Amino acid sequence: MKINSPSHSMTALPPSALSRITITDLRVSYRSHLALDQITTQLAAGQLTGIVGPNGAGKSTLIKAMLGLIPIERGEITLDGQPVSGQRRRIAYLPQRSQIDWTYPATVWDVVLMGRVRKTGWLRHFSSNSRELAHAALARVGLADLANRPIGQLSGGQQQRVFLARALAQEADILALDEPFAGVDQKTEGILFDILRQLADQGSTVLIIHHDLGTAIRRFDHLLLLNQRLIAQGSPHQVLQPHYVQQAYGGYGLPEVA
Amino acid sequence: MGEGILSLIWEPLQYSFMQRALLVAVAVGILCAVMGSYLLVQRLALLGDAISHSLLPGLALAFMVGVNIFVGAFIAGVISTLLIHAIRSRTTLKEDAAMGVVFSAFFALGITLITLLQKAQKIDLNHFLFGNILGVTAEDVWITIAIAGLVLLVVALLYKELLFVSFDPIGAQAAGIPVAGLNASLMVLVSLTLVASMKAVGVLLVLAMLITPGATAYLLVPRLHQVMGVGSLLGVVGSVMGLYGSYYLNVPSGPAIVLVVSLGFFLALLFSPSQGLLTRPHPPGSPQP
Repeated sequence: MKINSPSHSMTALPPSALSRITITDLRVSYRSHLALDQITTQLAAGQLTGIVGPNGAGKSTLIKAMLGLIPIERGEITLDGQPVSGQRRRIAYLPQRSQIDWTYPATVWDVVLMGRVRKTGWLRHFSSNSRELAHAALARVGLADLANRPIGQLSGGQQQRVFLARALAQEADILALDEPFAGVDQKTEGILFDILRQLADQGSTVLIIHHDLGTAIRRFDHLLLLNQRLIAQGSPHQVLQPHYVQQAYGGYGLPEVA
Repeated sequence: MGEGILSLIWEPLQYSFMQRALLVAVAVGILCAVMGSYLLVQRLALLGDAISHSLLPGLALAFMVGVNIFVGAFIAGVISTLLIHAIRSRTTLKEDAAMGVVFSAFFALGITLITLLQKAQKIDLNHFLFGNILGVTAEDVWITIAIAGLVLLVVALLYKELLFVSFDPIGAQAAGIPVAGLNASLMVLVSLTLVASMKAVGVLLVLAMLITPGATAYLLVPRLHQVMGVGSLLGVVGSVMGLYGSYYLNVPSGPAIVLVVSLGFFLALLFSPSQGLLTRPHPPGSPQP
């Protein structure tokens, strides 16, 4: 099923509608360095998609290109058949924790409300509806008690959950997470996975850059194995074949496959 | 008892130059603290320094051709910002190198032009370098207050967007916030702030008014709007006390104001409940893993 009505409003999309990202023959370069080439894939709604590959494979580049954050050299990226640019409010990007200045003077509440900035619009205050959504989002990630806490006083897992709450408050149905499990403990990883799974079950498209091929990799529905080109895609079982992994990671530094 | 101090405060205010100076001190104290808070959280403190030095040639050229010097200084500030941005984005040079090259070149040009001017005209380079808040004209007062009002209004209207962009630019861009446009607006506001402040504190020391009150507040309160509020209070107190210091001790207003706000910073550094050197002898740890 595919929605092709050109004028459909994003907010009117029922959560069950199949939102799908289609990437055709994507190529991205930084100056003269080729970062990604010949990427063609489709990402279904309702799935947890993992993007894996070695350092420098172009994982972050792929997400940033998909979200229209960096220019692409060739190819096409569409969201439900339409260009991404007009549909930004559907997209939530959760940055790597290391990209954020955690000494920034803001509380958990400030950050979660950022998810409502775009919907609120210019020159307006946050509505009571926005505040309720932000409260609900915080409660859903289990941080309702920490709303007034400065973000610098959070643990790594709590920081990641704040960003997830921000995405929930945004009511985004495309979530892109850059290494959300880096440096968080197993328990937090489980909590995050459970929330992401619920979101996928409700029809969201969830893309996760993942840094290792440990046990957690089996929890994804779909994997993209990347090293400048798309080495393999499909279920974890299909993708984690030794010859694909070797092709992606080269003969050295081969990660352990659980 | 206390009458002596009161008269020390009231007596100078019978002079209209002192009344004008007081208005400018209050406006600059608030304005610099608010805009400086943005520079502080984006690690752009030195960009403020670069832009302020770059105001000088615009100011001198405006004086030469008979245009309002605020206009000339603002144009020079915007040109230097664009130049720094172009060098950083079009070449492999980093921002600090771009700033260093541009601001020293502009500053040298400014000093040269003003020195040439000084021979023919009655104009004092020191006033531009170190500020002369006691010499502001009625027109200066209105321009400063108008700029302060405009900048603070824009900040109030764009507060939630600017918070998002300065905290997480990539996340904001992904959500559809026009990050580049907002950053450019912020730089224009910074240039306006520096232009409005140059008569009071001078281009060499205006950095202190931008950064120090916000940095002091940063040690005391946890949210950006609180940093701006407390910073404004400290900025106003500092610039008013500096103004009186300048009046009674006959020293340039810029250094007097900067010394007072710096004293406030060192008090906070020693006694801040959360980060003070004396109240918290061990540095606060980075977030637990």
